[in-house]
Amino acid sequence: MGEQANYSRRRMEASNHISAARVALTPAAAEVLARLTDLHGPLMFHQSGGCCDGSAPMCYPRGDFILGESDVHLGDLNFNGPEPVGFYMSAAQFDKWRHTHLTVDVVAGRGSGFSVEAPEGVRFIIRSRLLTEDELTHLEEKPRQPTSP
Amino acid sequence: MTRYANPGEPGSVVSFRSRYDNFIGGEYVAPVKGQYFEDATPVIGQTFTEAARSTAEDIELALDAADAAAPGWAKTSVAERANILNKIADRIEDNLEMVAVAESWDNGKPVRETLNADVPLAVDHLRYFAAAIRAQEGTISQIDDDTVAYHFHEPLGVVGQIIPWNFPILMAIWKLAPALAAGNAVVLKPAEQTPASIHVVNELIGDLLPDGVFNIVNGFGVEAGKPLASNSRVRKIAFTGETTTGRLIMQYASQNLIPVTLELGGKSPNVFFDDVAAHNDSFYDKALEGFVMFALNQGEVCTCPSRALIQNGMYNDFLSAGVKRTEQIKQGHPLDTDTMLGAQASNDQLEKVLSYIEIGKQEGAKILTGGNRADLGGQLSGGYYMEPTILEGNNSMRVFQEEIFGPVVSVTRFSDYHDAIKIANDTLYGLGAAVWSRDGTTAYRAGRDIQAGRVWLNNYHTYPAHAAFGGYKQSGIGRENHKMMLDHYQNTKNLLVSYSQNAQGFF
Repeated sequence: MGEQANYSRRRMEASNHISAARVALTPAAAEVLARLTDLHGPLMFHQSGGCCDGSAPMCYPRGDFILGESDVHLGDLNFNGPEPVGFYMSAAQFDKWRHTHLTVDVVAGRGSGFSVEAPEGVRFIIRSRLLTEDELTHLEEKPRQPTSP
Repeated sequence: MTRYANPGEPGSVVSFRSRYDNFIGGEYVAPVKGQYFEDATPVIGQTFTEAARSTAEDIELALDAADAAAPGWAKTSVAERANILNKIADRIEDNLEMVAVAESWDNGKPVRETLNADVPLAVDHLRYFAAAIRAQEGTISQIDDDTVAYHFHEPLGVVGQIIPWNFPILMAIWKLAPALAAGNAVVLKPAEQTPASIHVVNELIGDLLPDGVFNIVNGFGVEAGKPLASNSRVRKIAFTGETTTGRLIMQYASQNLIPVTLELGGKSPNVFFDDVAAHNDSFYDKALEGFVMFALNQGEVCTCPSRALIQNGMYNDFLSAGVKRTEQIKQGHPLDTDTMLGAQASNDQLEKVLSYIEIGKQEGAKILTGGNRADLGGQLSGGYYMEPTILEGNNSMRVFQEEIFGPVVSVTRFSDYHDAIKIANDTLYGLGAAVWSRDGTTAYRAGRDIQAGRVWLNNYHTYPAHAAFGGYKQSGIGRENHKMMLDHYQNTKNLLVSYSQNAQGFF
């Protein structure tokens, strides 16, 4: 019960912001996203955890993966496409990752899972760095903003 | 020492075909759209075969075949099904080296492991479920003097199975054996990183099963896995992998109201109490080996002991001995029987492991050994090798919270029993764990207090059939590797029978 309330609070806090963001995109990943958007329409990311391809950001046609109360919205990734790509993670996992900034990059490879880039011979990958004190202060103080699944 | 020749070179014990179609209805069938994808061996990073890049159309064909075969297969006697499973086991066992080398080549793991673990365990698993289905009984409940409830086990029908790339053959058999024993027809999708080795097995055993009972469809998750997982003709779906895909599969299953079993990994704590160091004896040596188990299968095990928790009193000595033992790991060509550590299964996995070393360093974790990509020279320079790595830090770091799936262990210390349990349970997952202690009570209590489906006491990485395997918390749903898995592939049919000649009295 208390745990659930905490998750809701974290969800609210995890909203994105332009000046201090939790997520970013490399130019190479942006190019792949543009190609994939042509093929699949608007996209979304959900960060996975666990084994095998855990820790990989999974990219799906927007709406394919049902988001819920247990997810947080870390931000939107802008690229040279019609709409930004939302980046989500389960709240429980976010609690373990919240002190880090995540950049979606792409490498050659062949992930499993249902992520849409796999047939292209590439795999999205997360590059992480620690958020600075300033960034953390800013991000953790953000006003409440509901997740929009 | 034996060095098996690379497949494709003279003297190899296995010959891969240049291309693998789908196995549907008892024969190899080209994918409807005629597309294939290349399969590279992580040993040298070069393509050695290609596999069908299937789509929803191919899944439908496989389901047609499975649908046609399922009713007949369900009616076979358990003796007949058990005999077939035993014959499959015999064929694989008789071709141990061929299957083991094929698996090592496709996945990158050392042949020492495939010869002694992956393939023998698969063989034993088939025999276990052959025995379990023969011994399974329904139940009879006498409700009253005139009324009896009979409970029968009936197969579900057609089931879908999505197999991971870390143990391509063993995980396929873990799922296939109970499903086939229970009388189901199967459509199986291997992982796209390791699409080939299951076909080497299938070519050995394909004639043993009736056509359509076992179907293999290769392809990518988004193109073939999704149409399988979301298909309304599938009565149950089994998946091993990670949490986001696990949720997606549950989501599809909810739309069809079918059951799932999921095995989604962990971040398994390996807990060493001070009394381990009470004597410098064979048990101490065994515990040190237990510490180094993080490197088994290049760390690509859902139960990799990737968090080592060592008690303060022996922390320094035990850890430095652990570093020394780790540095003695022999890394090399996976087809050399002396090699202990082979290649990561793919380039993207290696990149992921390296990205974790990077964030670990930034978070202040200390690298005690390893930490880099390994270049083994010659043709192996094209492969995906990682040095066995020990990180020292604390449990709040990302490297302690996410399964790196590489030969990387994150080490921290604990003060007392309660501290150990607190750290061990401070994780989203609960698949594996281990406790090392000379004190049976400590080991028992810790084993009960750690929230994980499998807790090894004074051993690690053993997977005998008849010991249930599955997760607590976010590590999944269901238990494999045990006869209870039969329940996950069966419906319960209750016949409620009245032997009374009299009306019930309502109307």
